[in-house]
Amino acid sequence: MVHTLVNFHIFPLSHRKKLTERSEASTQVSEFSVNAEGEGEKVKLSDLLGKMEKTPKNLNKTKKQLKDLEKKSDTLELPLSRQEKEKIQREVAYVKTSTEVSRWESVVTQNRNAEQLVFPLIQEPSGPKRIEQVVSGWKAQTPLEQEIFSLLHCNLQPTHDPVLTPVEEASLKAMSLEEAKIRRAELQKARALQSYYEAKAKRERKIKSKKYHKVQSKAKRKEFLKKFEDLCKTDPQAALEEFKKMELLRMEERMSLKHQNSGKWAKSKVIMGKYDLVARKAMQEQLEMNKDLTQKLVVPSEDEEQEQEEPKALPDFVNDPEPVGDPANPWMRGQLSAEALGPEVSHEVEQEEEEEPENEEEALLREFEQKRRLRQSEDKGFEPVVSEEQEVDEAENREAEEELSEKGEKDDEDGLAEFKNLFNRLVEPVILETGEEQGDEGLEEGLVRIHSLDDTELLANDHEASLVEPVPSDTSNMEASACPPSKNSKKVKVIDPSEVLTKQAKVIKVPHAPMMVEDEEVRNEQTTIIKEAFAGDDVVSDFLKDKRKLEEDSMPKVVDLTLPGWGEWGGVGLKPSRFKRRKFRIKPAPLPPRKDQKLPAVIISEKRNAALAAHQVCQLPFPFTKPEQFERTICSPVGNTWNTHNVMRKLTAPKVVTQMGAIIEPIAKDDFIKDKNPSKPQPNLQLTKDSSLAKTAPPGHKRRKK
Amino acid sequence: MRRDVTFPDLFTTKMAAAEETAFGRTHVEEKKKIPRRYWATTAEQKDGEGKNGALQKEDSTKKIREAWWKKKLEKKKKKKAKKSVLEKKDPFPGQAPIPVERVKKFVRGDVDKVTSGVQGKLKKILKRSQAVSTLAQEQAARHDLLLPEDAGFLEGDEDEDTCTIAQDDIADAVDITSGAKYFNLNLSQFGPYRLDYSRAGRHLLLGGRRGHVSCIEWQSKALISEINVMEAVNDVKWLHNEAMFAVAQKKWLYVYDSKGVELHCIRKFNDVLRMEFLPYHFLLATASSSGFLQYLDVSVGKEVTAIGTKMGRLGVMTQNPHNAVIHLGHPNGTVSLWSPNQKEALVKMLCHRGAVRSLTVDKTGMYMVTSGLDRKLKVYDLRAFKPLQSYFLPAGAACLSLSQRGLLCASMGDVVQVYRDVWGTSVKKPYMAHRVRGAVAGLAFCPFEDVLGVGHAEGFTSMIVPGAGEANFDGMALNPYASLRQRQEWEVKTLLEKVQPDLIGLDPSMLGTVDRATWQQKHQERVQALGFDPLAHEKFKPRRRKKGRSSSGAVEKRKRKVAHEDQRDVIRHTVAANLSKEQERKKRSKAKLKAGVERCALKRFQK
Repeated sequence: MVHTLVNFHIFPLSHRKKLTERSEASTQVSEFSVNAEGEGEKVKLSDLLGKMEKTPKNLNKTKKQLKDLEKKSDTLELPLSRQEKEKIQREVAYVKTSTEVSRWESVVTQNRNAEQLVFPLIQEPSGPKRIEQVVSGWKAQTPLEQEIFSLLHCNLQPTHDPVLTPVEEASLKAMSLEEAKIRRAELQKARALQSYYEAKAKRERKIKSKKYHKVQSKAKRKEFLKKFEDLCKTDPQAALEEFKKMELLRMEERMSLKHQNSGKWAKSKVIMGKYDLVARKAMQEQLEMNKDLTQKLVVPSEDEEQEQEEPKALPDFVNDPEPVGDPANPWMRGQLSAEALGPEVSHEVEQEEEEEPENEEEALLREFEQKRRLRQSEDKGFEPVVSEEQEVDEAENREAEEELSEKGEKDDEDGLAEFKNLFNRLVEPVILETGEEQGDEGLEEGLVRIHSLDDTELLANDHEASLVEPVPSDTSNMEASACPPSKNSKKVKVIDPSEVLTKQAKVIKVPHAPMMVEDEEVRNEQTTIIKEAFAGDDVVSDFLKDKRKLEEDSMPKVVDLTLPGWGEWGGVGLKPSRFKRRKFRIKPAPLPPRKDQKLPAVIISEKRNAALAAHQVCQLPFPFTKPEQFERTICSPVGNTWNTHNVMRKLTAPKVVTQMGAIIEPIAKDDFIKDKNPSKPQPNLQLTKDSSLAKTAPPGHKRRKK
Repeated sequence: MRRDVTFPDLFTTKMAAAEETAFGRTHVEEKKKIPRRYWATTAEQKDGEGKNGALQKEDSTKKIREAWWKKKLEKKKKKKAKKSVLEKKDPFPGQAPIPVERVKKFVRGDVDKVTSGVQGKLKKILKRSQAVSTLAQEQAARHDLLLPEDAGFLEGDEDEDTCTIAQDDIADAVDITSGAKYFNLNLSQFGPYRLDYSRAGRHLLLGGRRGHVSCIEWQSKALISEINVMEAVNDVKWLHNEAMFAVAQKKWLYVYDSKGVELHCIRKFNDVLRMEFLPYHFLLATASSSGFLQYLDVSVGKEVTAIGTKMGRLGVMTQNPHNAVIHLGHPNGTVSLWSPNQKEALVKMLCHRGAVRSLTVDKTGMYMVTSGLDRKLKVYDLRAFKPLQSYFLPAGAACLSLSQRGLLCASMGDVVQVYRDVWGTSVKKPYMAHRVRGAVAGLAFCPFEDVLGVGHAEGFTSMIVPGAGEANFDGMALNPYASLRQRQEWEVKTLLEKVQPDLIGLDPSMLGTVDRATWQQKHQERVQALGFDPLAHEKFKPRRRKKGRSSSGAVEKRKRKVAHEDQRDVIRHTVAANLSKEQERKKRSKAKLKAGVERCALKRFQK
């Protein structure tokens, strides 16, 4: 494309002709009146296309497009009608405004829900201001002031706010957000690395190549040895630990039947050995290995050489007999014989170490040599003298094989061990629990101590009531007749006068008996009272009669609307039929039960207090739907008689508070709709920070600069 | 990293960044914010002010806004991370806990019933009101601490009844000022005396049957005024303060001022036998021998109501201080309760087989003590109108009075006995006893003092009764030590807070309830006008489903799923509450068991 464009560009340039200049000045220059003047030189699209035909074929696409364009004779669509255009515009405008308005929503709801609004909404922070805020042009002028300020600024000590120094603040912010983020990132990274490593290990484990594994294990061993040596130098204690581990491994090896010709591989080799020399050899090797391994390890006592080599790296206690062997094995203690495999081992190690720098070619060469030697030995029919190296190699080989073969077994074993472990872990708590439960049950079977009346109820629920002693009921204290009336009896219940005022009186002993003969007048009064009292025959029956009468009066009456003589014969001695009577008798709904229904000696008036109703609320304000809700909100008193002062102030706080004389401006948008990027003012601050630091840095400094 | 990067520099910085990452320090860039210091703002300010004087004001407002924003943000931040590492931990965080019992004292209403199933604005309102009321309760309970005075009682030695301790011994034992509270006024000429203490307990009004009326400031024993009305005096009563008192004389009711000047003679109130003053309503209730109960509004001097009780002579009267209901005792053994709003008795209760001789109601309005001609003394629970205790007194009690702290005094002839805790456990012996010189006609405990005034035929006796008066007075309500100015202001205040007589009823909290009857009626009207019930709970209508899943059975099943939602709600609540209660109880019992004596093997055989 670039190519063609360049061509396009160049093409008209080469044939450019001078443009005609307009000499006359005209007020109206119509776009339609402009014409191509040199008609012969007019550039046509076909010309251009012709040029394109010569260009390579990767332009085909463009050509095609252009051709299509040429062919096309579509007319433009008609513009939309005014109504439709306006409709679309309205829609767009609506969306725009609604988003704009909805941004206010949170502010509005917040203000609506606010318990109190203080206008103007944005207020100057209360409290004393710093001197710099009040006095604009203040500078430290006296030398003493300057001195002090320079000192303070050197240490970044805030002068006015008694806040902390930056250092202190930093220490306070021991775990700031940033730091937390960093830490999290680190952790994430570590986890990722671990997973990578795991994946890699898994992949490697799956590789079947024996050689690969051989090389790998060899490298590993080398590395390990190197590390071990380093460790010996740097941290003898850790090295000792490591050594112990190795020892333990060796012991395990010795204990196991790994090289005892009992494995699958070994057995097969035994069979093969009859015919196959290599197999026989391998078998022999293994036997030797076994021999080696099962030989008693004599702990190397103070190795003079080592001591000489590194007298200060290893402390004395390393050579102490005790920690060298396995502490668990009493036989290993105190054996200090000098003859040992140790040097051999070290020799091997040395050799291996020597191998390190060898490159591959050398290794190959050596291999050939070994093969040659083997062949020779075969020829001789001697017991093969295998170099130590090869031995090692072979051993590794075998090991790898064994590993492969024993993997299955091991897995099984592992699985079993795990299972056992799990089982044990599961069983132990179960046993514990059962033990506890048993204990609990044993405890629970004991007698239950009753602490309160509630407990007795519980007991009664659990066992039958027979267990519990009947609680002395308080009912004897109450009126005996207070028991609810039997419902099945339709008759009007009549209270027995003997059931009223049955409360047993307790006699009080009085220390002084009244000796006074009461005054005559008083006595006269008393006698009149007594007369009054016994005017009625029986006070109780009178009262009950009154009560019954009242009850009857308050009962709603049955209205009988039967008209005798309608539809049947009427007259003296003739009653309307029962059907008719029943049909035309209107039974009113029964009243709710009287308040004094269960109180025989009490008459409670059922009249509604109309005077009070005038003061009561009879219509619920807006959001309330049930009277209980409204009652709930007005039930707690507001006045200071029942509340502490602060609570009273809070209860009676006005919904809107305005400051005297303050101008209440409408809410400014940029003041309140800031929630989306609250950090907006901060960059401003940050910018000023550096500059301000430089500026405020002691006025003294400035001067010195000047 | 933060320095300005010019264009050609871009690549190098990028590379540097790449290197950094390659070395694997951390992925995240270390952002170290420099804490904003005071000099930052000052420099800014200085600059602004130095540059442009005209823009100063705008700048300052901007700054204020910024500061405001910053403050808001800081607040938010503070809320988020309040804890810092170096902050010292409070070993007792939060406010000191308040005992549950004390909070219970101030609890008003039940919340959970109301707030369940409420949504929207209403929920917000209810929640807020609930929060405020709990705060109020908590604060009130917290400040209850500030009432440390506790009442003590007389305690005798071993095998010594407190009722045998003589007044002289007590007066000798206590300090001089307290000892001076035991005294006798020997007024044998015009006896027997009725008496009344003013509400603050400083002044004593004595009215002798034969016309002797005197006001005494009893603690200093200063006689304020003394008159003889030359007529039989049935009863005397202080009005709202010590400046005025009412005297029920033989024919009419009179009002005098403390100097003894007759202010009013109220002819509408005739043959008054007993009077009670309702202080919060400014009502003087009188009971006459003709069976009329009349109410006089003292603040405006008008009769509020006159109720013909049709119960004969009304010689026994008391008021319930809790709800301002008047209790009258009648010769037929009944006690009737009256309010000025109702022409019939609110409650009538049969208390004695004989006539009622005297009755009194305790300060909380929960207990009423009556004595009758059948020589019984009964304690009634006024909430349930049931008797709590019944005692038999050998001579029967002629006068009764209850103290602020619930001590009951009863007079039998010339003996005055004081009982402790008559409604709790049944009493066997009086707490104190004292014999006066003549038959007792009037008894009253002095408010805020451990003093019992006894008016009798031979004059007046002031007795010391330890533990009778309320030790913690509310200075805003009634101040015994009020100065003149305070008294004047108190009068105005109480007048402004006067309660209308319409509000007197059995339940004083009725004013806080919605008038259900009217509300229901209005609601019915509204329903009729609208054509539907706006508050009706919309009945669940299962959605119509296709493919035969809207068979009547299926619909019924779906309906069943949401049936009785409200009831279920209630049940759920109660079950949860019960469960929590049970758990608490179990926990407590367990703790008790643990705290109790160690288990031993033989414990199970003990019962």
